[in-house]
Amino acid sequence: MTIPPPSAGPTSSGDSLWSRIMAHDLTYLFFRSPLTVVAAVLSVAIILAALMAPWLASMDPFDPAQVFLADANIPPVWQDGGDPRFVLGTDDQGRDLYSAILYGMRVSLVIGLSGVALAATIGITLGLIAGYVGGRVDAVIMRVADVQLTFPAILIALLVNGVVQALSKGTSRETWAFGVLILSIGLSFWVQYARTIRGSTLIEKNKDYIHAARLVGQPTPLILLRHLLPNVIGPVLVILTINLGLAIITEATLSFLGVGLPPTQPSLGTLISIGNKYLFSGDWWIVTFPGLTLAIFVLSINLIGDWLRDALNPRLQ
Amino acid sequence: MTIKKGLVAKGFLALATAAVLFSSAVSAKTLRYANQGDLKSLDPYTLNETTTNAHLANVYEGLVKRDRNLNVVPALAERWETPEPTRWRFYLRKGVKFQNGEDFTADDVIFSADRLRAPGSNHTTRVPKDAKFVKIDDHTVDVILGVPNPILLNQWEYWMIVSKKWAEANGSAAPTPANATTPSYISLNANGTGPFKIESHQPGVKTVFKPNAGWWSKPEHNLDEIIFTPIASDATRVAALLSGEVDLIEPVPIQDIQRVNSASNVQVLAGPELRTIYLGMDQTRDELLESSVKGKNPFKDKRVREAFYKAIDIETIKTRVMRGLSTPSALMIAPELFPLSKDFVRPKFDPEGAKKLLADAGYPNGFEVGFDCPNDRYVNDGPICQAIVGMLARVGIKLNALIQPKAQYFAKVLKPNGFKTSFYLLGWTPNTLDSHNVLYDIIGCRDDEKSARGETNLGGYCNKQLDGLTDQILGETDATKRNAMIKQAFQIAYDDYAYIPLHQQALAWGVSKTLKMAQRADNAITFGWIMKD
Repeated sequence: MTIPPPSAGPTSSGDSLWSRIMAHDLTYLFFRSPLTVVAAVLSVAIILAALMAPWLASMDPFDPAQVFLADANIPPVWQDGGDPRFVLGTDDQGRDLYSAILYGMRVSLVIGLSGVALAATIGITLGLIAGYVGGRVDAVIMRVADVQLTFPAILIALLVNGVVQALSKGTSRETWAFGVLILSIGLSFWVQYARTIRGSTLIEKNKDYIHAARLVGQPTPLILLRHLLPNVIGPVLVILTINLGLAIITEATLSFLGVGLPPTQPSLGTLISIGNKYLFSGDWWIVTFPGLTLAIFVLSINLIGDWLRDALNPRLQ
Repeated sequence: MTIKKGLVAKGFLALATAAVLFSSAVSAKTLRYANQGDLKSLDPYTLNETTTNAHLANVYEGLVKRDRNLNVVPALAERWETPEPTRWRFYLRKGVKFQNGEDFTADDVIFSADRLRAPGSNHTTRVPKDAKFVKIDDHTVDVILGVPNPILLNQWEYWMIVSKKWAEANGSAAPTPANATTPSYISLNANGTGPFKIESHQPGVKTVFKPNAGWWSKPEHNLDEIIFTPIASDATRVAALLSGEVDLIEPVPIQDIQRVNSASNVQVLAGPELRTIYLGMDQTRDELLESSVKGKNPFKDKRVREAFYKAIDIETIKTRVMRGLSTPSALMIAPELFPLSKDFVRPKFDPEGAKKLLADAGYPNGFEVGFDCPNDRYVNDGPICQAIVGMLARVGIKLNALIQPKAQYFAKVLKPNGFKTSFYLLGWTPNTLDSHNVLYDIIGCRDDEKSARGETNLGGYCNKQLDGLTDQILGETDATKRNAMIKQAFQIAYDDYAYIPLHQQALAWGVSKTLKMAQRADNAITFGWIMKD
């Protein structure tokens, strides 16, 4: 069920890291699935493009001084009225869409990754504690988790957002939208991690090596982190991948609904929301390109996640 | 067989019943109507904003009202006379009942006059603070003014009369301020004398209006019900109109006017609007609430205000954001309402000059300042604000824009919350259709506790010479002289860069072809003039 920790695997001292990776079961399975390879290539390309946005983009769409209203609503270059400076056209403020997508992707990625990292940290910690300590602590943590599972993630995210908005009376959205989105995503996605980790912990905690560690007198936090965690972390990798896609979609949804990033710092969701206003007037490119980027990226990540889930499941091999 | 026959008969009966129900549902004339914003409150004194006023004017009435051509005509006052320039006598209409069945009397007028001028009301400028109301009998009221006011009635359409007994019985004797955090009874319930009553009101969701069978006048509509829904998203609102889900939308986003006009079942009712959109700057505080400049207020320096003015490229806003449907303005009033408007020309767009002015004022590297903006109040208000952020960025000013729905926006910036803004976008239509209202309410000093002057002067610009002229304008009856004084007053504000007027926007209502309705140039939608096929 879990990947053997690297130290337990058979290693011969002469092998380089590369040949070890190439010889690994996972690598073999990966190359046998062309769809996953395509998905991985697309994801990596999009991530790299986002990381290198300042070098690839023709302008910084977050700097209002670089955005000229006179360039607003220009169609893509191949359409009548297109402008070679703006390959994919411009939005309603005159931002180059290509640059805006690169920067927007960056924002979406940072928020998605940080949100998932936060969710995983909360979930893994609570899951370990619940599983290992058991009893009332377990009951309380898991009941909270159950209650939260009855709410859709987006609702919790909206709630967090609303509370912060009420508390932040009068300060500009730009100053806190980023942190709030990460917090919203973190607080809405932790349950899955907690439940998975707790399940594995319940099995592992009665195994001999844990008993041994306890007998030696190691403190509980050390047992949890050094011994238990490496042996229960496997399934989390799958959730992490799938959740990344979900987190990015959640961020886009929140921004689309107007409670995420403000139009002055557009993420992909904000761009789609801006484009939505111009659907009827024929300015199709504002909504289409960011939408396509988002769809392709999330689909790729989900394909990788699906493959990983199957690859790590010994019953399917 | 009989059982089967019975079943068949029952089936037919059911079908017939359904058909009857269905046809009655069709013949009932329901107007489904969507606006980009909601009614901020049902208390007619909370917010002096056309959307709220105009919708409540279907339910509440003033002593006078305006007809389709915006002329003042009698409403709750049957007639009036002015025995002396400072004394007006109003003969109230007899037999008028509030929607809860109470009689309308002089007591309600006097109560409403006090309530309108009480703290928390946003309409305090409508009735002069020193005006005394005297009850002569149950249906006669005298109003004694401190100074003659020939345009008194021009601002009374939206001074809506509230029932004294009802308001007092429901703990709503005092007006609900715009920044109230808990709704009062009257902000969720309505009891007027008007042609419609509010059957249900869910803030932000929907409001249902029904005709008031006991209305004192003859209805000029054929509606049985009005379902009002706020739809903030432009695309969703247009889609709802095109698909026939709603019969009427306000506004049609300007980028979609062509699309709506090309559809066979709907059309756009368009025209110039009398509203001026403008920017205001806090010129009273010694230190701005939201700025990187500490210890002083950069907007007190005229050069900074001039720089802001010159940094704004109004023509590009017109062509790009407004798609040609706006009239750039040098004045705080629409040209239709002031004949000498054409004597004023906007200072030229000059970003280099703006930078130089800022440097001269001691801000060679600019500064940061907060910027308050609604996003569901005026035509393309959000995009206009974003464009302004960009234009000012190019002269070194970083605007921290807070672009939010009008409910939150108004709660933050208006008087009840202490004018908490440094730089803001607002729009204004003088309800009197006269310059005096602009000079008094928007440009007048707000330092006199005893008067309501400057009620919506959020930036607190103050010039006593201008105020003096404003007072003279009020009493002046010679049109030529009056216009000359108005021009002089506007010239002072213009020279001081008191405000940055942007433009007059265009009216655009999306209307199903099954409707016949009149469009008022002040953008008020009057349900009482709608006929549905």
